[in-house]
Amino acid sequence: MVASLLKLRFLVLRNSLKRSPWQLVAVIIGALYGLGVLFVAVSGLVALRFAPVELASTVVVLAGSAVVLGWIVIPLVATGIEQTLDPARLVQFPLSMKTMLAGLTLTGVLGVPGIITSIAALATIATWSRSPLAAVAALVAAVVGVLTCVVGSRMVAALSVSLSSQRRFRELSGILIFIPLILLGPIIFGVARGVSQSADALPGLAEGFSWSPLGAAWAVPADIAAGDRAAAALKLLIALATLALLFAVWRRSLAIALVTPRASARSSVSRGKIGLFGVLPATPAGAIAARSLTYWRRDPRYARQLIVVPAIPVLLYFYSHTSGSLALLNLTGPIIAFLLTLAIYTDISYDGTAFATHLADGVRGRDDRLGRAAALGSFGLPLVVVLTIASVAVTQSWANLPALLGLAIGSMLSGLGLTSVSSARVIVAVPASGDNPFKAAPGAGLTTALSSFATWGILLVLVLPEIVLAVLSIVFVLPLLGWLALVVGVLLGSVLAVVGIRVGGALLDRTGPDLLTRLKALRGA
Amino acid sequence: MPSDPSTAALELRGLTKHFGDKVAVHDLSLTVPTGSFYGLVGPNGAGKTTTLSMATGLLRPDAGHSLIHGVDLWQHPLEAKRLVGNLSDGVKLFDRLTGEQLVTYNGLLFGMARDTVAERVADLLRLLDLESAAGTLVVDYSAGMTKKIALACALIHAPRLLVLDEPFESVDPVSAANIRDMLTDYVRGGGTVIVSSHVMDLVQRMCDHVAVVSAGRVLAAGTVDEVRGESSLEDRFVELVGGRHHAEGPEWLRHS
Repeated sequence: MVASLLKLRFLVLRNSLKRSPWQLVAVIIGALYGLGVLFVAVSGLVALRFAPVELASTVVVLAGSAVVLGWIVIPLVATGIEQTLDPARLVQFPLSMKTMLAGLTLTGVLGVPGIITSIAALATIATWSRSPLAAVAALVAAVVGVLTCVVGSRMVAALSVSLSSQRRFRELSGILIFIPLILLGPIIFGVARGVSQSADALPGLAEGFSWSPLGAAWAVPADIAAGDRAAAALKLLIALATLALLFAVWRRSLAIALVTPRASARSSVSRGKIGLFGVLPATPAGAIAARSLTYWRRDPRYARQLIVVPAIPVLLYFYSHTSGSLALLNLTGPIIAFLLTLAIYTDISYDGTAFATHLADGVRGRDDRLGRAAALGSFGLPLVVVLTIASVAVTQSWANLPALLGLAIGSMLSGLGLTSVSSARVIVAVPASGDNPFKAAPGAGLTTALSSFATWGILLVLVLPEIVLAVLSIVFVLPLLGWLALVVGVLLGSVLAVVGIRVGGALLDRTGPDLLTRLKALRGA
Repeated sequence: MPSDPSTAALELRGLTKHFGDKVAVHDLSLTVPTGSFYGLVGPNGAGKTTTLSMATGLLRPDAGHSLIHGVDLWQHPLEAKRLVGNLSDGVKLFDRLTGEQLVTYNGLLFGMARDTVAERVADLLRLLDLESAAGTLVVDYSAGMTKKIALACALIHAPRLLVLDEPFESVDPVSAANIRDMLTDYVRGGGTVIVSSHVMDLVQRMCDHVAVVSAGRVLAAGTVDEVRGESSLEDRFVELVGGRHHAEGPEWLRHS
């Protein structure tokens, strides 16, 4: 039965690869990357064989602890990524708990991350081949360590089933994972600097971890190699107790999770609270603006686009800090304006087949466009104006304010015009509402990248007048050109926005049903 | 022009739709008289949803016309769509809105005044037993509740023709009976309903007219009594559509 589960796991993997060649490419790239990391890790561990015991044990314990921590944390943020053997789908078969636990553990070990971790863990045998006893201890430690990783991650996954059955949590966790990814550069930089400054503290840190559940297993062979058998025995005990505890909790939470249906928490408001629908004008365009704004707040696929608002200033501050001048920070407003408007370049794709509502209700294309543009503009425009003023205040370069404001406002308004047209034309595969917003939608990829790059390019051309005026004004210190950039940004931007809404509206009136047909075809894919 | 009672509520003329090589609907013509309760029945894949989508402006036909109270929908879409309430199968709703917001949204999209919308939303939520779920996001609704809220969205602008694609699917029996009463009352008040359904029994009891569709063609159409003749609608349907085979189940599935 365990073997059948294993077979099932590889069958699922093979079939999902067969379905999409691009996924195969992604897996191959991932495998190459993994092999590279593995190669470095294994050769490092073998090289540590010839390093002093203290250094080797510090490295192995710290790296091992990090690996265990990674295994345990990842299922918390990456819900919906590993689905090959979802216990919830196995529940209908007459499997005993024992079979299920064994099967899930084995499939965890034999997954790609499991295999890589196992090989690296086994490589520590080489590190500790200083004495036969230490080598044997390393083998035991590797087995215990890898099992701790797998069982720990399964436990967290089972525990989080109850959490992630709440829609809100599922959606939030999908967004949270993105913030460290954006800030990866600064984080690595900071950690590297911190490590280089505190290299002396690392052995102490490792000593601390070696007594914790995260590092105990890895420290056993190190202590034996150092001749401290009592400590080794104690740490082995800690490691085994950890594993037993994780296993027990996993078993219990899985048993509970399997009999608890995936009920979603209902967030509910009282009757009569219709939010923005009661505030904005009672017209079709007003209703659409209210609907869009509600979605910007409630739908993680929109909310995720707002991450650029805090991320861009942080990134710019970081990069301008390392380059020694704060000038880059001034670009905050224009860049956010640029990125924020392009977030809706394929807005109707995000509607999905719900767009049929607009079609069936006979909404004029112009109202549809106007509502969506007004929703974004209503908070986007004030936001970029405030951010531009704030960035100028921080960098103390008030002279450049008109030019930068012109650039930001011009980008925002022209962008609204452009996306009004593009979203009436471009339909791409996006994650369905409720999915992990970072899940690659089937069939996305090249076409999505091409159409979004094309839209970026067109927007750059549309704001070229503002860019030229602003650059000339800032580089040659010509305040007059800066004011001109502001005037052009407001006027040209407004004209482009109005033209875009009209052209996009007319386009939508003509092609609405065809867009719906394409949306339906995507869902079928 | 549209208020002339002698014109049909819905008239389909020669509707045709191909998907690649596959013919989904072929030269389909159908007249739904004003004030009738019309059933559209057919096996899976018969083209019911495709036909109704073309009739209501969601799918562009390759050829043919859809006239709603005499207004050509594909010539004057905005004018025609005001006359139709549409519940379509297989499309999503804006489900991040609460039920109350969603129905309000539909009302406002039709350009109705805010207080009229509020009044009707309250009535519809009460009639469809959705008052307690009014403030819940539609994404958290059960399948049956989703159907009911979609029905409310179709009714909000008091259309003269209701086009309902599988309206009773996964709706509980009590709500289904309530909806049936509501629709019967609507027809009595001068409205016209066309429903598609798999459930022959329901159609026979509820509708006064019926059309049997298979492979994108109308096999029979008229009043229910005309179509079914002496037999039950279900028997007549099987006779028309065919495909029934009297095989016994496999040996291993028998326990006695």
